Amino acid sequence: MESLEQIKARAERAVSGAQIAIVPNPGPAQQSSLLIDNEHAFAVARFLRDDPTLRLDFCSNVTGVDWLDRVVKKTVKMKRLVDGEEKEVDETTEEKIPGYLEAVYHLYSMTHKHGPVIIRIRTRDRGDGARLPSLTTIWRSAEFQEREIFDLYGVRFDGHPDLRRILMWDEFVDYPMRKDYREPDDYEWEPTPHDEVLEKAKRHYTQRPELDGAEKITAGGDALNR
Amino acid sequence: MTEPIDERLRSELQQHGVWVTSMQELYNWGRKNSIWPLQFGLACCAIEMIATAASRYDIARFGGEIFRPSPRQADLMIVAGTVTKKMAPQIVRLYNQMADPKYVIAMGACAISGGPFKQGYNVLKGIDRYIPVDVYIPGCPPRPEALLHAFMELQRKIDSQKLSGADKAEHLKPEQPSEFPVPLFGEHDLESSANPGVFHPPEIERA
Repeated sequence: MESLEQIKARAERAVSGAQIAIVPNPGPAQQSSLLIDNEHAFAVARFLRDDPTLRLDFCSNVTGVDWLDRVVKKTVKMKRLVDGEEKEVDETTEEKIPGYLEAVYHLYSMTHKHGPVIIRIRTRDRGDGARLPSLTTIWRSAEFQEREIFDLYGVRFDGHPDLRRILMWDEFVDYPMRKDYREPDDYEWEPTPHDEVLEKAKRHYTQRPELDGAEKITAGGDALNR
Repeated sequence: MTEPIDERLRSELQQHGVWVTSMQELYNWGRKNSIWPLQFGLACCAIEMIATAASRYDIARFGGEIFRPSPRQADLMIVAGTVTKKMAPQIVRLYNQMADPKYVIAMGACAISGGPFKQGYNVLKGIDRYIPVDVYIPGCPPRPEALLHAFMELQRKIDSQKLSGADKAEHLKPEQPSEFPVPLFGEHDLESSANPGVFHPPEIERA
C-alpha cells in the first residue's frame, strides 16, 4: 500500500481545496492518521473508497475522542545576548488549544487486502459547533457507530439517515463518554468502598454524634499520647 | 388447619402403607417440584443457565425444565446477567406481569450488585433495588451447580411456606404488593434509583 504521504498528496490533488494533515502516532502501533477538514471530508472519503489503487471499501471501526481544552508548553533553546555575552536561554511558550471532539475511522480494503488507513475529522468545539459530516452514505457500516458517537460524545452528524441515541435511552441528556461527564450519585450502598468510590460513598455515611473520640485512636497511638 | 399430626404416628402409619399428609404439605410439594422459570437471559450468566437446563446438568431433575417465554406462565424469574439501566424497567415490568406466587433468583455478581460494572454509569447496582429477591447466587458467572443449589434452596423455601396463620407466605397476604413501580427513564439516571419499599441496604455506621 502507498505511504500516508502519497495518499495525502493524491487526495489533495483529486479533491481541490482539501486540507489534509498527517497526525503522527509515536507509540508502538505507529498508526499515523490523516486529519481531514470538515468541508472536504465527504469528497476525500469518496476518493479513498473509489480510487482504484486504494479502494478502501470497508470501514471496520468508527470511534470518538474527546479532547478537553489544554495548554501545551514548549521549551525552545534560544541564543540571547546577556550582559554582552551570547548565552543559551530556555524560552517557554504556552499555547492554549481549545477543546474539540474527533471521529476516527479505520478503513480497510477488501479488494486489495490492505489497510488500515485511519482518518480523523474534528469538530469546531465541544459545544454548539460539535458537528461533523456523516460518512454513512459512503460506508454503510458507519451508521450505528456514528449513532454511538452521537449518543456518547454528542457529535451531530450532518446527513446521517437516522441520528438517534443507540445505547442510552432517548430521554437521557448527558454524553457519558465525555471527559467532563459526572455520573449520577447512587453510591448509597457500597460494602467495600475504596479510592474514589470511598469519597463518593462517604457523602452517604450517617454521622454518629454519640461517639466519644475512641474512633480517632490510630495505630500510631497519636490520640493516646496527647 | 388442624393440629399437626404426631411424627411417630405418621411413620408408623407409613409402615402400614397409609400415607398421611396435610393440605399445606401436598400443595407445597406440588409447587416446589414444578417451578417454571421465565425464559430470558441478560448476559454471560445466561449461558450458564442454558447449560443448567441442558442435558449435562439437567435442571429437569428438579422439576424446573419448562422455561416459559411468557411471564404469565412463569413462577420463577432467574435474573441471569448484567441489568443495565435501560433494561431495568423491562425487568420490573416482566416481574409485574408474572402471576403470584412468584420467585426471583439473582444470578451472579451483576444481578446482585452490578458486579464488575458497579461503578459504571449505565449499570443497575443490583436488581433488588426494584423487586424482592428470594435467592442470591454469588459468582462471575456462577457454575451450573451453583444455580442448581440456588434452585434447591428455593425449593426449601417454598416447602416451608405456610398457607395460613400470621406467618403465612407473603403472596397470600392481600395487603402485600405483588407489583412494584416501574422506574422511569430520567434525564441523568433512572427515577428513582431504588424503590425504598423493597431496597433496604444494611446501614453501616462509620465515623
